[in-house]
Amino acid sequence: MQFFWEPLSYEFFRHGLIAAVLVGALCGLVGVHVVLRGMSYVGHGLSHAAFGGAVIGFVFNFNFYIGAGAMGLFAALMINQLTKNRKIKSDAAIGIVTTAVFALGVAVISQQRNLNKSLEAALFGNILGITDGDLIIIGLVAAVTLFVMFLSYRPLLFATFDEEAAQIFGIRTGALQLLFALLLTLSVIVAMNIVGVTMIAAALIMPAMTARMLTDRFSMMQLYSVLIGVTIGAGGMFLSYFFNVASGATIVLFGALIFCFSVLARHIREKILLQANFHRHGNLIHSHPLDHESHSHDHSESINKEDTR
Amino acid sequence: MNPAIQLIDVTTSYENNVVFTRLSLQIEPGRFVGIVGPTGCGKTTLLKTILGVQTVFCGQVLMNGQPVDRVQSKKIGYIPQLESVDWNFPVTVEDVIMMGLYTGRRFLPWQSKEERERVEDLAGKLGIYNCLRQHISHTSGGQRQRAFLARALISNPSLLVLDEPTSGVDIKTQHEVLHLLGDINSQGMTVILTTHDLNAVASHLPWVICFNNGIVAEGRPRDIFTNDILTKTYGSDIIIIEHGDYQLIANSTPLKFNYDL
Repeated sequence: MQFFWEPLSYEFFRHGLIAAVLVGALCGLVGVHVVLRGMSYVGHGLSHAAFGGAVIGFVFNFNFYIGAGAMGLFAALMINQLTKNRKIKSDAAIGIVTTAVFALGVAVISQQRNLNKSLEAALFGNILGITDGDLIIIGLVAAVTLFVMFLSYRPLLFATFDEEAAQIFGIRTGALQLLFALLLTLSVIVAMNIVGVTMIAAALIMPAMTARMLTDRFSMMQLYSVLIGVTIGAGGMFLSYFFNVASGATIVLFGALIFCFSVLARHIREKILLQANFHRHGNLIHSHPLDHESHSHDHSESINKEDTR
Repeated sequence: MNPAIQLIDVTTSYENNVVFTRLSLQIEPGRFVGIVGPTGCGKTTLLKTILGVQTVFCGQVLMNGQPVDRVQSKKIGYIPQLESVDWNFPVTVEDVIMMGLYTGRRFLPWQSKEERERVEDLAGKLGIYNCLRQHISHTSGGQRQRAFLARALISNPSLLVLDEPTSGVDIKTQHEVLHLLGDINSQGMTVILTTHDLNAVASHLPWVICFNNGIVAEGRPRDIFTNDILTKTYGSDIIIIEHGDYQLIANSTPLKFNYDL
């Protein structure tokens, strides 16, 4: 047990652990909508745009969060605007806008060679360099996102499921989309310090996809996704310490492992359920849940797995 | 009494192409109206115009005498084409019905006791009470259609709009859905739907609009389902067979093969 608690005696590890847990919860919360809206690529794109902004911020002596936030938000609004044109699909808009801003950052780096080292952290994550100020910002973003998503749970769910119908039913889907883009941008920026630009998409998608494998209910998916995000963040940090591997990469690899288990668990569960539910009535062999409108029968009388082989 | 829906000289477009110009249309309250026409003729654009979500370049769209964009949205119930629904989305039948109440003032994510009772009551009336807790993909075509109907009806709208409710379902479900809509209409609700199924319209609906980038004709199916009007609507030769009280509509040029079967 002593061995397990040892890393907690270091302040840098405690800071990193708190940051990883908060960012895990945040990515889990936001990631559900990202996955269900088919926007998995957007986290990856936004982090690249934010990186471009961070570089420009360094050059002009802005705070990291201001540079990254402004460019990330600009990219999100541009993507939103471009996708209104039906000829430009969202993946193309994300590719164009975010890569252009990222390239701007790379161009600036090539001119200012002394920046390479300081921006390496943004590219690959620097969880062990988390400061008190970083923790406050991550905590604030997490609290605001949780509060806003709690209050907009109903309209967000409706708009994510069926945007057109939501609009017709009176939900202001345009405003909602902008609000979500803002929350997503903020989440991506604070997550950049933990897992880095290169791995942010995984941090956003994996908790939500793992949760999707475990439940068919949106409310439970949201809850599981947050819990899985926290588990991945905390577990990844400890594994990173014990195996002496980069923390961002360990968090993502641990998340991928949990996702693989969830896929396997779903597969086994479906197989067991299918076998348990197979039964026959005369010549009719079928399994539940299937259409039962066309016939009715007493389930207690003739479930016979032998017959179904 | 004001018309349920009134379009006055309306011009609108889709992706920079004008769909219809200076269209005028009036639907009286309590009517059950079907809009038929070929693919791409502007039926869905017309529905969106009626629903107030289509940009209108000129003219006016009124609902009960008021501009439709100022009408409280919950007075309109809408059912999309089921083919456009993501059936893998993690929602149960109950969740789908609850969405009809998401435009209300309640902010808390979970449902209130009153909301739950309303959902259960309506689900019972529509015969889907037993599948309320089922994932939406685990239900039959008829149950899905009823779930979306319940979502549209739960806020007691005065107008129900359906985009192709008869597509993608078998003939029995189609018959059930149209009868269910007939029952709802008989309680005073105005119902407007689009469909490709002329035979279903001929046998179930009291009023039809033949549409092709404008109104070709409107009236009772028996009066307007003529060879002349349908050929004009579809641009293809269509024959009508009278069978007792029924009309059967068919394409007059069947496919011919060069080999014996």
